Amino acid sequence: MYRYDEHDTALVRERIEEFRDQVARRMDGRLTEDEFKPLRLMNGVYLQLHAYMLRVAIPYGALRSEQMRTLAMIARKYDRGYGHFTTRQNIQYNWPALTDIPEILEKLADVEMHAIQTSGNCIRNVTADPFAGAASDELEDSRPWAEIIRQWSTFHPEFTFLPRKFKIAVNGASDDRAAIRFHDIGLQIVEDETGQRGFEVWVGGGQGRTPRIARKIRDFLEPRDLLSYLTAILRVYNQHGRRDNLYKARIKILVDSLGIDAFRDEVEEEWGFIREGELSLPEAEISRIRSFFSSPRIEGQTPLPQTGPAAFRSWLDVNRRDHQTYGLSSVVISLKPIGGTPGDATADQMDIIAELTERFGFDEVRVTPEQNLVLPHVRNEDLFAVWEALSAHGLATANAGLSTDIVACPGLDYCNLANARSIPIAQAISETLDAQGLSETAGDVTIKISGCINACGHHHIAHIGVLGVDKRGEEFYQITLGGAMGTDAAVGEIVGKGLAGDDVPGAIARILHHYKALREDGEDFIDTLRRLGSDAFKEAIYAELAA
Amino acid sequence: MKAITANRLTDGRVIYRTEQGHWTPHLAEAARYPADDAGTALALAEGEFGVAVGPYLIDLDDAGPAGQKWRRESIRLAGPTTGTTHVLAADAGAR
Repeated sequence: MYRYDEHDTALVRERIEEFRDQVARRMDGRLTEDEFKPLRLMNGVYLQLHAYMLRVAIPYGALRSEQMRTLAMIARKYDRGYGHFTTRQNIQYNWPALTDIPEILEKLADVEMHAIQTSGNCIRNVTADPFAGAASDELEDSRPWAEIIRQWSTFHPEFTFLPRKFKIAVNGASDDRAAIRFHDIGLQIVEDETGQRGFEVWVGGGQGRTPRIARKIRDFLEPRDLLSYLTAILRVYNQHGRRDNLYKARIKILVDSLGIDAFRDEVEEEWGFIREGELSLPEAEISRIRSFFSSPRIEGQTPLPQTGPAAFRSWLDVNRRDHQTYGLSSVVISLKPIGGTPGDATADQMDIIAELTERFGFDEVRVTPEQNLVLPHVRNEDLFAVWEALSAHGLATANAGLSTDIVACPGLDYCNLANARSIPIAQAISETLDAQGLSETAGDVTIKISGCINACGHHHIAHIGVLGVDKRGEEFYQITLGGAMGTDAAVGEIVGKGLAGDDVPGAIARILHHYKALREDGEDFIDTLRRLGSDAFKEAIYAELAA
Repeated sequence: MKAITANRLTDGRVIYRTEQGHWTPHLAEAARYPADDAGTALALAEGEFGVAVGPYLIDLDDAGPAGQKWRRESIRLAGPTTGTTHVLAADAGAR
């Protein structure tokens, strides 16, 4: 993994001292809230319903064991004993005191972490495939590229005050686990006909109130041109993006209004001016960054365990993923216990995960956009020990990718922007589906819940999405069907009128029972849905309500 | 009736304005204003610095938060409804 150099260390420490002074000036009245708010947001500090919230950046979701231990310590000492892993591969603390935050940032800096650019109209934390460097379907590790983008975008003076926030994702595998088509810029590592690697570049994707699948702006970009091309895109956006209307300020709206061809022309023209300049990436620098991200080499090649308790076998079937090196596996640590809060981990759980990361995981653990964790590299002979330890701490739920692996934003239980609660709905759905045996029998299906149209719970890209809305003080939930985040990207369609919260778990269970009745051999939920259309499921959602 | 609520500057906790112009975490101790007087009281609170962030008016009835934002204000008052064991356990030892 990447380690800070003297520049990283200096700029993070300087920012902490700056923020410490800003907090002091806010406390003694030299700064008003209007003056302080943009400063705290630049350091990841929000004010939510009950308390401040601190969002800590986890670049491309990758953590070392000492970093996870520090996250646990912060949860224990400065928060209420837990943290919330997010869909953007970050962690949020829901209860820190403002007066403690400079000290928290010091603790983070001690392990090369910070909260910079986790808010505000800047380039946010770069995300990537959580299985990068391990996945069996990978063409190339996306992490070095994500790290290069992180370094380029951190405190980038030209892009600190963009029209709106800006998110970049990188994927190097054939399966798109980074949802690049739903980012402002998505980068897919590809190989041309001569075998040269480069990037397919997508632009203008996003969720929120105007969900858009990104448009492809370039089929192939040479690696050396990565930063100059990103700069050209951002310059066009920075110049033409709508600063007059918050709801039309994202790049997706600009791409819509110009059209992808005209947008591309503008980018290419700008790129022509800067392509051969200082932003051209030297091969030596690419190699230097790559050297931080070597995958583990192992002696011996132990096959997968063939025996063990049924629960272990089930966990292997569901939560283990093939690794590019024979003898190793990747495992998903589910943060979705039945009836639990999606993405939450206690300080004790984080400590256990840190220990497993150190002992069995080659000192790497990742956060996924599904709000789970991944140990990307585990020797096959260690899988049982890992499972045993996870089991003892409520972390071995065998549901990765299944219907109870539900994504949910914090919703109205925490968030100032939310219209409706998300977490209790997720908990109730999880319990209902589990009680009806649907977690095991309905196969791979994604369920995602957002408490408002900002879509932090990614409901637009779920096979079954749930969007919370407020109607005259009452919570209602709209069901969407058919969304997908990968190479088959699609935005889910709203199906019928909103449901009361109590009716949502039953409706989703009926959708899945209906699917089971209609599926053909080996057909996943999304394939049955695409074959039959969402109308085929509408009756299942509403039938019992009308009865 | 209306009350004035805000978040406490130091830690963001939910607070309510009292008759004496102080701030309390307990809704029962909050001043209650007829709708006609509430704007004046809010303007006074907005003019003060040092304790509260972003004061605003909420609707109340005898049972507590009322009006269109009753659920949001009930959650602010009582805490998250997520009911997870780790939250409850941690609350017991909250700082």
